[in-house]
Amino acid sequence: MNIPEPRGPISAGVCALLTGDPGADPSALVALHARVTERVAVVEDLIDDDVQLALFCLYELHYGGLAGVDDRWEWHPGLIGIRQLLEEPFEAWLRSEAGVLTDSVRRPAGTPGSDATAALLFELAARDGGPSVSRHVAKKANAEQLSEFLIHKSLYQLKEADPHTWAIPRLAGPAKAALVEIQADEYGGGRPERMHSAMFARTMRGLGLKDSYGGYVDVVPAITLASVNMMSLFGLNRRLRGAIAGHLAMYEMTSSRPNQLYGNGFRRLGFDAAVTGYFDEHVEADAVHEQIAGRDLAGGLVEAEPDLLEDVLFGAAAASCIDARFAALLLEAWENGRSSLRPLVPATT
Amino acid sequence: MNEIPLHPANASLVLCPDGPILVRGDFDVVMPSGEPAPRQRKTVALCRCGASAIKPYCDGTHKMINFRTEPPDVQGRGTSERPN
Ligand code: FES
Ligand SMILES: [Fe+2]
Ligand SMILES: [Fe+2]
Repeated sequence: MNIPEPRGPISAGVCALLTGDPGADPSALVALHARVTERVAVVEDLIDDDVQLALFCLYELHYGGLAGVDDRWEWHPGLIGIRQLLEEPFEAWLRSEAGVLTDSVRRPAGTPGSDATAALLFELAARDGGPSVSRHVAKKANAEQLSEFLIHKSLYQLKEADPHTWAIPRLAGPAKAALVEIQADEYGGGRPERMHSAMFARTMRGLGLKDSYGGYVDVVPAITLASVNMMSLFGLNRRLRGAIAGHLAMYEMTSSRPNQLYGNGFRRLGFDAAVTGYFDEHVEADAVHEQIAGRDLAGGLVEAEPDLLEDVLFGAAAASCIDARFAALLLEAWENGRSSLRPLVPATT
Repeated sequence: MNEIPLHPANASLVLCPDGPILVRGDFDVVMPSGEPAPRQRKTVALCRCGASAIKPYCDGTHKMINFRTEPPDVQGRGTSERPN
């Protein structure tokens, strides 16, 4: 993908740095470090365009990379240091947001077995009480809103499953086998055209949208960036392997029914199976995945490493908090007849 | 590393509490006519609550109809933690 349009001093600094040679300008790195330290100290709401875009660019170096950026930047220690300056407050913010949900979960006495961990996660998933994007899509959304919905989702769905794949070598035994089993299905079971990312790309093309990864990064708001950054944070840090397992379980457990409704919304506006195939696939696939993710992945991980229960719950609750905030933004905009996207020519000052 | 129990059969069925039957391994899903059921994945979840819209597969509807696989007093595996 191309380097995005900066949204403030941090992302401008990161983008400028990345266009140069790694190590060519140590003073620029030092200056950026100071600038980031200063900025994050005063940012209260971490769902901030500048912070989230900078993090997104830094994480992207570990995925498909950014066009024109030297691949050696990926592991440049100075840049990793900047990433950590941004990750730390983001993680702290996620923990405090998620705390409201996780505090109310009644933990079983002793180390929970895999069925008990799955039951805790299913309970957490069932609490989802926020406004529902899927109901709106099913019943009310117009064609423009369907496109917007796909644009938001494209930031993750065009690389669907990738952030959780980071966890595979960090797990062992039944939890690892479970994650590989889910991921194999996400990646099409050996059929490239059945990769969920490829199926999503087909859906986008069906609506006349461009399907190149990150093609819409400049128009998505901070919350959309944050939802992907959260997964990268959990996936790329081995210490957060509990959180990435909990995150995947929550995603799988809140998927079948919404995807049925999404499919209905697109059918309502006359789109055929080429467009709805992605959603139809998830109705069936995620009814399988939620069982594996809850019991074998998260449950298996907690059986092997009981101390990770709290992080499993954190990852699940964080996913649900970010999702609720995304839904609120989307529905608030749509109910007021506005677009939920940023204007194409950004007025960043 | 903990020893993982071996399943000698070619396929295994997992009876998911309050949910579907997860089938893994080497098996065919066939309709009463003998026709193979449409199948997109290796591991499948067979609906056992009867409410799925994509039978024979599960679509998660069991959660919305409060499907229970055990009588209430037997649910001692963490499920009893649920508010009633
Ligand atoms: S068992 Fe899941 S829908 Fe019937
Ligand atoms: Fe998927
Ligand atoms: Fe899935």
